[in-house]
Amino acid sequence: MYEGTIQDLIDELGRLPGVGPKSAQRIAFHILSADPADVTRLANALRKVKDLVRFCTVCFNVAESEQCRICRDARRTDEVLCVVEEPKDVVAIERTGEFRGRYHVLGGAINPLEGIGPDNLRIRELMQRLGSGAVRELILATDPNTEGEATATYLALMVKPMGIAVTRLASGLPVGGDLEYADEITLGRAFEGRRAV
Amino acid sequence: MYVRRLELVNFRSYERVELEFDPGASVLVGPNGVGKTNLVEALGYVATLGSHRVATDAPLVRAGAASAVIRCEIVHDGRELLVELEIVPGKANRARLGRSPVRRAREVLGALRLVLFAPEDLELVRGDPAERRRYLDDLLVARLPRFGGVRADYDRVVKQRNALLRSAYLARKTGGSRGGDLSTLDVWDAHLARHGAELLAGRLELVAALTPHVAKAYDAVAAGKGAAGIAYRPSLELAEPAPNRDALEAALHAALAEARQSEVERGVTLVGPHRDDLTLSLGPLPAKGYASHGESWSYALALRLAAYDLLRADGIEPVLALDDVFAELDAGRRERLADLVSGASQLLVTCAVAEDVPAELRGARYQVREGEARRAG
Repeated sequence: MYEGTIQDLIDELGRLPGVGPKSAQRIAFHILSADPADVTRLANALRKVKDLVRFCTVCFNVAESEQCRICRDARRTDEVLCVVEEPKDVVAIERTGEFRGRYHVLGGAINPLEGIGPDNLRIRELMQRLGSGAVRELILATDPNTEGEATATYLALMVKPMGIAVTRLASGLPVGGDLEYADEITLGRAFEGRRAV
Repeated sequence: MYVRRLELVNFRSYERVELEFDPGASVLVGPNGVGKTNLVEALGYVATLGSHRVATDAPLVRAGAASAVIRCEIVHDGRELLVELEIVPGKANRARLGRSPVRRAREVLGALRLVLFAPEDLELVRGDPAERRRYLDDLLVARLPRFGGVRADYDRVVKQRNALLRSAYLARKTGGSRGGDLSTLDVWDAHLARHGAELLAGRLELVAALTPHVAKAYDAVAAGKGAAGIAYRPSLELAEPAPNRDALEAALHAALAEARQSEVERGVTLVGPHRDDLTLSLGPLPAKGYASHGESWSYALALRLAAYDLLRADGIEPVLALDDVFAELDAGRRERLADLVSGASQLLVTCAVAEDVPAELRGARYQVREGEARRAG
């Protein structure tokens, strides 16, 4: 244990995801020995992120104004809507440069163990967006785990009767990898989802 | 397949121990409580990434040490493979295959195929259905690794579904205005039926393949004293003969719909492979409750030997480890067991008294003392 202020900092850092007690200590002492200007910049960034960043009123991605950059972009099509769990999933899909439609960020997945049901996600808002009639295809890009699959099934059951095409991202082998190194679960699913060439 | 070298660092009672083995029989001799079982337990850990004795990893690490290391050299089809595992309680294990680190410890599964019989296996006959389900599922995964994923998916769905039912149950009990939100229950039903059907189909096929091996193994161990029969007992009615996966999924779905009322009332999932059992019978009677201690022991042994036989019939040549088994058997059963297992590519036997082991299995001998083990001829 260190005295007062430095221990406070270590405790706060230790509460961050992925930061253990050892890392927290290292970061704290790095900050202590760093240039004051650098530390001020970090402190300002931390303060500003809570003050300025908010959620887009349309898709609930992180944004700095009423609507996020993607929702404001007139070049994108309204016909395809991609549903993801978290804002970082938007970034991941954007990196591909393949998708030119819009997003909808649910804010998580259905997870009864953590007490998260459909009411805790932005599903009502999604239904309102779909109600406008502009969307022709809904892409379900929730995580390929138990909770993500359940969320996808739930949405598919709700949306299909509306006459909107519903698709799910394929799960399968990583590109550029060797078949022999794929784990048996991934390979098993890839087998199940095989297609004619 | 055989284990050529086993090295343990800070594992259980061993600060450091290194043993070399030959194919064929090896006997580990030592008084009770000096750590013979720890050696086979370490091999079991390499094969399954779990201990057959404890559910958590903490007891595996020697008191005062931060982590334990198991190094194991396996020879298979003339090729050798080095598996290294570092067990860090409360954290993910680190693993290396052939000196290069692997992303997940799970990737070492399959490097060592081991069938282990230990005194704890008596629970297979006397214990809860969960013991027998684990026996079936472990064997299923050993034969078809894909089922490792199926099993994990299914367990997760059951957990989530139970959490949902439970929260609805609690909400109703405390008079909550909403009575719990069950709007996603249909979704969980669909996923439970899908993964459950896959698991169920795998188990049914496994039991069909295993049945003759169990009968044969029990007959060999017990010498014609009653016929052993195993049967899968599902938690729902199934058509005969065993239906295919789609039919199973439909059957599970229907059974869930039927059980919905009582599930909501009790707040727990009542239908599915997690409620099934494997019934063991001796002649016309169930083994559980009717079999004597000796019969139960022979039955548990027969289940392991049947698993061993089945893997061999599949073309897998597993290592066989018999922990403290001969002391429990009379002379006749010892001889019959020896005949049965003497053809194993590698057989590891632990015992307190070397004379308990039939002569034909007395291969290389290892003396085990407190915290150390050495080859003794």
